[in-house]
Amino acid sequence: MSATVKAGPATPAGPASGLSPRRPLGDISFQVIALVSGLLVLVILVLIAVTMSQQSTSWFTTEGWSGIFSTDWDPAHGKFGAMAFVYGTVVTSLIGVIIAFPVSMGVALLLTEVVPRRWSQPIVYVIDLLAVVPSVVWGLWGFLVLVPWLQPIYGHVASAVNGIWILGNLFGFLNGNYVSGASFFTAGLILAVMITPIVTSLSREVIATVPTTDKEGAYALGATRWEMIRGAVWPHSQTGVVGATLLGLGRAMGETIAVALVIGASPTISSHLFTPGYSMPSVIANQFGEATVGVFRAALIGMGVLLFLLTILVNLSARAIVERNARRMRGTA
Amino acid sequence: MATATGQQQVDLREPGGWRRAKNQLATVAMWFAFLCLLVPLGFVLVTVIAKGASTISWQFLSNGTIPPNILPANIDGMGAAVVGTLEITGFAAVMAIPLGILGAVYINEYGGNRPLAKLISFLADVMTGVPSIVMGLFIFTIWVLHFGYSGLAGSFALACLMLPIVIRSTYEMLRLVPDELRQGSYALGATKARVTLTVVLPTAIGGIVSGSLLAVARAAGETAPLLFTILTVEATNSNLFSGADTALSTQIFVNAAQPYTGAVDRAWGSALTLIAITFILMIVARLVTARFNRYAR
Repeated sequence: MSATVKAGPATPAGPASGLSPRRPLGDISFQVIALVSGLLVLVILVLIAVTMSQQSTSWFTTEGWSGIFSTDWDPAHGKFGAMAFVYGTVVTSLIGVIIAFPVSMGVALLLTEVVPRRWSQPIVYVIDLLAVVPSVVWGLWGFLVLVPWLQPIYGHVASAVNGIWILGNLFGFLNGNYVSGASFFTAGLILAVMITPIVTSLSREVIATVPTTDKEGAYALGATRWEMIRGAVWPHSQTGVVGATLLGLGRAMGETIAVALVIGASPTISSHLFTPGYSMPSVIANQFGEATVGVFRAALIGMGVLLFLLTILVNLSARAIVERNARRMRGTA
Repeated sequence: MATATGQQQVDLREPGGWRRAKNQLATVAMWFAFLCLLVPLGFVLVTVIAKGASTISWQFLSNGTIPPNILPANIDGMGAAVVGTLEITGFAAVMAIPLGILGAVYINEYGGNRPLAKLISFLADVMTGVPSIVMGLFIFTIWVLHFGYSGLAGSFALACLMLPIVIRSTYEMLRLVPDELRQGSYALGATKARVTLTVVLPTAIGGIVSGSLLAVARAAGETAPLLFTILTVEATNSNLFSGADTALSTQIFVNAAQPYTGAVDRAWGSALTLIAITFILMIVARLVTARFNRYAR
């Protein structure tokens, strides 16, 4: 990013200088080793795409496009439609992002605009701790503590909104009186907790780039802190924050173990969020052990390929948004 | 500021009424958001400590035979999983950290503005976003199908996860090394390799160490990449290179959904052990950062 020119080692000015005109072998080999390590990233990504697609071809050839995008998942009868899992992945990660976005924004603003620097360290510490709690621990806690605890709460919410247009469809009972603690919504809640640290720290970086002069200008016009945030911070960091949230969405889509334990493992498509569902990563984790038959295994690996493509797509658009925002901001500054 | 432009006279009084209330409301909302983070973290830590502490004993951590699910938690122990986690994560770190540092050295020291360096830097970003379960499937297709389940396969999967994180954090640190240091060393006639190894990397070592430790902490808690690469066994397998292995994270996953209290207790005990390992790694990383920051000033 810096415009300064990197210094290079002195080029010997011919034999007259008394220096050896050739670079020492050790120097060259170090450069080659560094280059090879760098290329490893490229090699791994290409290998992921190639080998996994190869292993999943039998799924695509036997099921065809219509088979893959059907909702019919019945390994015992050779039906491998992935739609229910795609739906579950999208719904749970959207719930996660919808909850995580305001929370992350609040904490990021708290860190950058409200608390003095001395105090912000403990808050950062809490975020860091949250980020390293292993996903299987969230899953264990979700499965044994959160799910039983949420079950009656879901029941109350459902009876309150039942029959109301849209709300009833989302949060009401299924078939009269059915709600489950292990559900789309619980998975979304756990995902929200898991992606909040990353969204918060990325948003914080974005917000920290708002020029102090803009903020001071707003204050000088008599703005309150909230008006300053609305008028100076928000327009400047809007797109960057959206990019950070998209990165969080990518994380949420690939999250496996915690979701596998709390989503209820039922390959159904339902608008009722308090009912069990399934997601792509969790079905791979749960059923791969049983998948010894060709097409079954190919279908699960193929689901991995879909997930890979989906997360890369989300990540790339996030990077593009952040990048464009950074360029625009450099232009106006 | 739309609220201020229309006024003719400058109003120097404290903003009153609705504007002030809105400002205070926003501040309260921000603290509430922080509370939303604190509550689940506190809840999870208290539960894991309360339920795990009664299970954990020296025997639990060191006895290498994991008992059948129906037995209570005070019989035998999780030693096999502790050994597995340490071995697998340790070897993954041994592979990923040097390679990651070298990759970052290429991007920052050799790459300059070359398109290849930009491509690698970009791909490292992309790779951080690849879900961990995809890494597990990848190692399954490329390694396990040919050479069978082993701790080594698990290490490969974890190394794939660590690699981009190490590259990114090292790269950020190398960028901060002042160019004057490089120029001074070149002026003394040092080769580029020598400058990198003896001047640039030592200058950035604090950040590199803490970034790497955070990557290791992340990887130590991963479950999904291990499920299809190491399988699960009930006895200690200290040979990383052959035979199925086990780890704390996978043991938590298999034990969590068991109907037996012994198995569930073992899951809580393993969760506490795993959290302790990751937190220790993270705290050490923070201490390293703090120490080197002071040193740099």
